[in-house]
Amino acid sequence: MSKNEINTNINIKDLNLWYGEKHALKDISLDIPEKSVTALIGPSGCGKSTFLRCLNRMNDLVKSCRIEGEVLVDDENIYEKDVDVVDLRKKVGMVFQKPNPFPMSIYDNIAYGPKIHGCSKSETNERVHKALNDAALMGEVQDRLGDPAFSLSGGQQQRLCIARALAVKPEILLFDEPCSALDPISTSKIEDLILELKKDYTIVIVTHNMQQAARISDHTAFFLLGELIEFGRTKHIFEDPQVKSTEDYITGRFG
Amino acid sequence: MFLRPKTSEKLAFATLRLSMALVLAFVSIIVIYITVNGYSALSLDFITQMPMKRMTQGGIYPAIMGSLMLIGLSMAFAIPLGILSAIYLNEYSTPGRASWAIEMAINNLAGTPSVVFGLFGLALFVKYFGFGASLLSASLTLALLIVPVIIRASKEALMTVPQEYREASLALGVTKWQTTRKVILPAAIPGMMTGIILSIGRVAGETAPILLTGAAYFLPRIPDSVFSQFMALPYHLFVLATSGTSIAQTRPIQYGTALILLLIVVMMNSIAVLIRRHYRNKLNR
Amino acid sequence: MMHRKKKEKAIESTLLMVSGVTVVALFLLCFFLFREGYLLFGDYSIISFLTETSWYPSSSPAKFGLLPLLTGSLIVTAGAIVLSVPLGLASAIYISELADPKIAQLIKPFVEILAGIPSVVYGFFGLIVVVPLLQDLLDLPTGQTALAGSIMLGMMALPTIISVSEDAINSVPTALKEGSLALGSTKWQTIYRVVLPAALSGISAAVMLGIGRAIGETMTVMMVTGNTAIIPGIPEGLFDPVRTMTATIALEMGEVPQGSEHFHALFAVGAVLFLITFMINLIADSVKKKYRLQEGV
Repeated sequence: MSKNEINTNINIKDLNLWYGEKHALKDISLDIPEKSVTALIGPSGCGKSTFLRCLNRMNDLVKSCRIEGEVLVDDENIYEKDVDVVDLRKKVGMVFQKPNPFPMSIYDNIAYGPKIHGCSKSETNERVHKALNDAALMGEVQDRLGDPAFSLSGGQQQRLCIARALAVKPEILLFDEPCSALDPISTSKIEDLILELKKDYTIVIVTHNMQQAARISDHTAFFLLGELIEFGRTKHIFEDPQVKSTEDYITGRFG
Repeated sequence: MFLRPKTSEKLAFATLRLSMALVLAFVSIIVIYITVNGYSALSLDFITQMPMKRMTQGGIYPAIMGSLMLIGLSMAFAIPLGILSAIYLNEYSTPGRASWAIEMAINNLAGTPSVVFGLFGLALFVKYFGFGASLLSASLTLALLIVPVIIRASKEALMTVPQEYREASLALGVTKWQTTRKVILPAAIPGMMTGIILSIGRVAGETAPILLTGAAYFLPRIPDSVFSQFMALPYHLFVLATSGTSIAQTRPIQYGTALILLLIVVMMNSIAVLIRRHYRNKLNR
Repeated sequence: MMHRKKKEKAIESTLLMVSGVTVVALFLLCFFLFREGYLLFGDYSIISFLTETSWYPSSSPAKFGLLPLLTGSLIVTAGAIVLSVPLGLASAIYISELADPKIAQLIKPFVEILAGIPSVVYGFFGLIVVVPLLQDLLDLPTGQTALAGSIMLGMMALPTIISVSEDAINSVPTALKEGSLALGSTKWQTIYRVVLPAALSGISAAVMLGIGRAIGETMTVMMVTGNTAIIPGIPEGLFDPVRTMTATIALEMGEVPQGSEHFHALFAVGAVLFLITFMINLIADSVKKKYRLQEGV
């Protein structure tokens, strides 16, 4: 799979990451295709979440973390000295494992990003409504935008968090096991939403649920013990894995 | 012999209960004694009039005003200092020499006797800076005395703000300072308030530091600038109860002053408890 | 873009500088305390300050002996600790192990009020109630004694001792208690064989902090101990008037010309007091750290 066939907008070259003494990611090189869903799978502790957090530099929050190598987003190495992480994170949105709305109203949660980034009142209002529509949440909350975000169900809270990320107008969306705390119905709503969103966004999703990866992703990367074992079209990875350990994991021999 | 463990347990538990009862009795006796004796002295005149006839009659208006000014001024110094320091320590600092030094300083200041703060205020503010014995010197001294309390309470409040809020905000491309101001601080403010309110009670009651830095024995007017001396409730009580020739005559005024001090403290404690309950319920919803 | 980064950096530096005020304050406090205290030793020998047995600041030549004040502070503090530790510890055990959580929640505000009552109100209560009571009960020439100070300071140290010991007791893992109960021990046996030993370092920290609170207290002791600067006998000195270091500073500073020998002598006493509380805090801190490590918190 060369660059000629598919456009990529995240290119990782020889990425290494250490937590203190622990070598958590080893020589990862990977090109993530644009406007499609890429799933990161692997047993827990394999480094897939750590890898995801490299893409918007959330690992900066971990004091003992050290990173080598390059991560190019739109051909710009985000680990260059003069890169502003604030601009990076505006471009690369993130949705977390546990829904994490702020202790504010539904409306204010989504308006938070645009407001801080200096949008006018009307522009903010427009973005909030668009984000709610895009996150397929509008129908459920339109009469109670002033209610506290905590009054929503878990699944709704997660879609609120997606809306909140969308309102900042990112190009890329990172999902860190977004459904692990949700019931099956909420999960399928989020999955539908992700399939809808990939028309406009490049999506990278970490999941421990292989069926989920198979259902929604176009490409899959399999991680094991901090190494990228195999990467390719989801169909190929699931039906014809080239590496023994990928096959073992997918057929459920460990994980 | 067979019953012994049970019997000794009963005895031990009875002792524990008795001890607790004794402690509660202390509190009750002091509060009730002061209330009963001070109650008759309380009146509108008592809190709005100047002391009269060599303080044997009249009210304690200037002492009340002095204490209020002292509280206001020292809080104006201590609250921003305390909250900003707590923000630095909890949100920004990384383990290292700077944060070690700050934590060490806070711990030591918190354990230093108030009379030593009085000496410090006397040497630095009254003498070295030349503020003289004044409202300003006393307020600055008290501010330094309570800053550790406010920092600790504020830091604790910041620590209870879930890490997810920080991550969520940063992931939206919001800077650290904006995150702190718009998300972290609003969530921590109730907790900070309890610490601040409790330290107001402390400022109202401290005597030794102001005795060395600006409290006046008698002053028949309200301080007109931060450089004037002032009367204050705790020092007024001390003066009336221990010196002068009319200790017995001023007894009712002493009880009344003690009651007002007590009321301030009980009120502050109650407000703190109410705030804590209110927000705890809100969070548990 | 760089503008924003600079602004963030500037904010961080400002916050660091503001927090640094505490460090500067501690430094200045030490500096002024020790400098003003040190100036005493231009004319007055440090040996006499430490060994002289009398404090006659206004006789000539003046005598600035620390010993009567130091021993005064120590005897009042010792009495306070003897009274408050058993009572405070028992109350802490009651609150954390015996009391219904609802009752414990009701008790806590009382303890907080005990902590919040201003020292001058304690002094006033002691002066009017406890002092006459002691005089009558024990048939003393005056009730203003070290004992009166100990009683009042004991009360004032209670909240510190209760809340810190309670913390220590609460941090003993439940598994440990259950292990003991499962072996058929009674609750009380579990408390004194398992819980208290496990909480011991935390409790020692509570005692240290209580000592710190008592030795630094000023107004209360000044109002109830009679303020006689004589080295007290032990233990009969408990029934005599004494004068503590804190009371001396507060009593005499008002009448002293700034910069005089007496002025500096009071600062020297303050410096000694500071050193004592500094050591106590240091010990309490290291004990606390130790039990944190044990608990693996």
